[in-house]
Amino acid sequence: MSTHVVSPWRAPLIAVEHHWTWYRRNWRATVISNFLQPVLFLLAMGVGFGSQVREGEATGGHPYLVYLAPALLVITAVQNAVFESTWAVFSAFKWQRTYLAAVATPITPAQVLHGQLLWIALRLVTGTAVFLLIAVALGAISSPMAVLAVPFAALAGMAFSAPAVAFTATREKPDSFNAIFRFLVMPMTLFTGGFFPLSQLPAWIHPLAWLTPVWHGIELARGATFGTLRLLPALGHVAYLSALVALGVLLGRRYFRRRLAV
Amino acid sequence: MSDPAATVTSVTSTLVNAKGLTKHFGSFEAVRGIDVEVSRGEAFGFLGPNGAGKSSTMRMVSCVSPRTGGELRVLGLDPDTDGPRIRARIGVVPQQDNLDTELTVRQNLQVYGRYFGLSRSAVRAKATELMEFAQLSDRADAEVEPLSGGMKRRLTIARSLVNDPDLLLLDEPTTGLDPQARHLLWDRLFRLKQSGVTLIITTHYMDEAEQLCDRLVVMDGGRIAAEGSPGELIRRYSTKEVLELRFPPGEQSGDEVRDLAERIEVLPDRVLLYTSDGEAALAAAHARGVRPVSSLVRRSTLEDVFLRLTGRTLVD
Repeated sequence: MSTHVVSPWRAPLIAVEHHWTWYRRNWRATVISNFLQPVLFLLAMGVGFGSQVREGEATGGHPYLVYLAPALLVITAVQNAVFESTWAVFSAFKWQRTYLAAVATPITPAQVLHGQLLWIALRLVTGTAVFLLIAVALGAISSPMAVLAVPFAALAGMAFSAPAVAFTATREKPDSFNAIFRFLVMPMTLFTGGFFPLSQLPAWIHPLAWLTPVWHGIELARGATFGTLRLLPALGHVAYLSALVALGVLLGRRYFRRRLAV
Repeated sequence: MSDPAATVTSVTSTLVNAKGLTKHFGSFEAVRGIDVEVSRGEAFGFLGPNGAGKSSTMRMVSCVSPRTGGELRVLGLDPDTDGPRIRARIGVVPQQDNLDTELTVRQNLQVYGRYFGLSRSAVRAKATELMEFAQLSDRADAEVEPLSGGMKRRLTIARSLVNDPDLLLLDEPTTGLDPQARHLLWDRLFRLKQSGVTLIITTHYMDEAEQLCDRLVVMDGGRIAAEGSPGELIRRYSTKEVLELRFPPGEQSGDEVRDLAERIEVLPDRVLLYTSDGEAALAAAHARGVRPVSSLVRRSTLEDVFLRLTGRTLVD
């Protein structure tokens, strides 16, 4: 038997293994919110409502279902990130206190954070990948380039998740989480160009939309899928989303240490 | 092995060394400068009422809570700079269980072992061994959530042993358990002690401290009020025996027996006489015409020491 301090790079993987152990037992509970809900959206908005929408300039010349699918991928990733970054993280601090158990081992608070974020990223990548397959089966995907929408959607999800996890680490009560969903995430999914072009909204809303990770993610995912993405804007979107992730990680490290090493 | 930590502690027999250790939370001083030394193989106890600073001390020693001031060495290393290396070789049983209640008993042990860098095959073997030790083998693949408090506590203790720790820190290991579960836990802790594991225990159960601890300190208000073996403390702060005279509430004054003992304590329904010979004191009291409802001669316990040092007033 030899115990040792695992390297800062391996430590998050061990935390991921912990999450995976949980997921193997409990994945069924996550299926409905992660897959069924977006599929219902795709059917209702894309197939049902979409049948009433004419292809045209607004839809980039694509059927509405095809126009919607890459955006819905991003929206799904961000929505899935919400629960994983608020309730699940709060529970690990307060209810299950599994973070407290972890930091009594050689693992540090920062490594606990890294493991949590890595796990959320994995969930977002696999979740959006499965969603993409379903969208393909429903005839909502026109181009193999849509594969690129998966990492872009996951990046947008993480750009929301990392700051949200940091915020959660400062909470003593879970009161604000529902408000985040209703007043931040819902508008962010409805008014950022996913279901209809941003140009339909008053001009003063545009800058607000540009602040959201959803808008950048949709620009990337849709642009990649339809082959309209230019390099420079793409780099800009990725840089902005990466900056949000980095900000979240930096704040998260500070708040995790403050919370777990008192 | 070339691990310098191993070399350091193989030559030193002092596993924990604290000098003037303090812990502040904002303006609140939880620990106000304590000196503690724990040697290898010892079972050391922190006794004290709620809020005495026991848990804060434990959390500093277990390297999850940075100290505010003073010196602290655990396994010869400084927690400020070598926290992970120290934590790799200690076991921690926190006051509140923090098991992953949505995993099975076995999974809890395996997952935890992995955090210590153990291989998958090593944690599999270790989990089986520890479930045996904690009498949880028949619950191996049951989810933790519905288990009883005693079982969860046993699992927490089993989990703390997954890295074969040199030092085991137990924060109120048996609080809230029924007598059967407490005795089973004591038995397990006693076995660990026999096998050479150094134990540090906080408790406010005096019988627990007397059963398990070779040496202990009584903490009060963030300071150490007394230190010694249970026997020494009883000799120093109490008498060999205690005579308890029970009266109807309000009918005792203690005045008529005050000179029969080294020290007396008047409670609402009882007078306690601290003396080396309880029977003689009782006979003398009877001879003076003192007629209690009932009387009891018992030997002094740590509880008498504890109450003398920390007072009878509720602190929380």
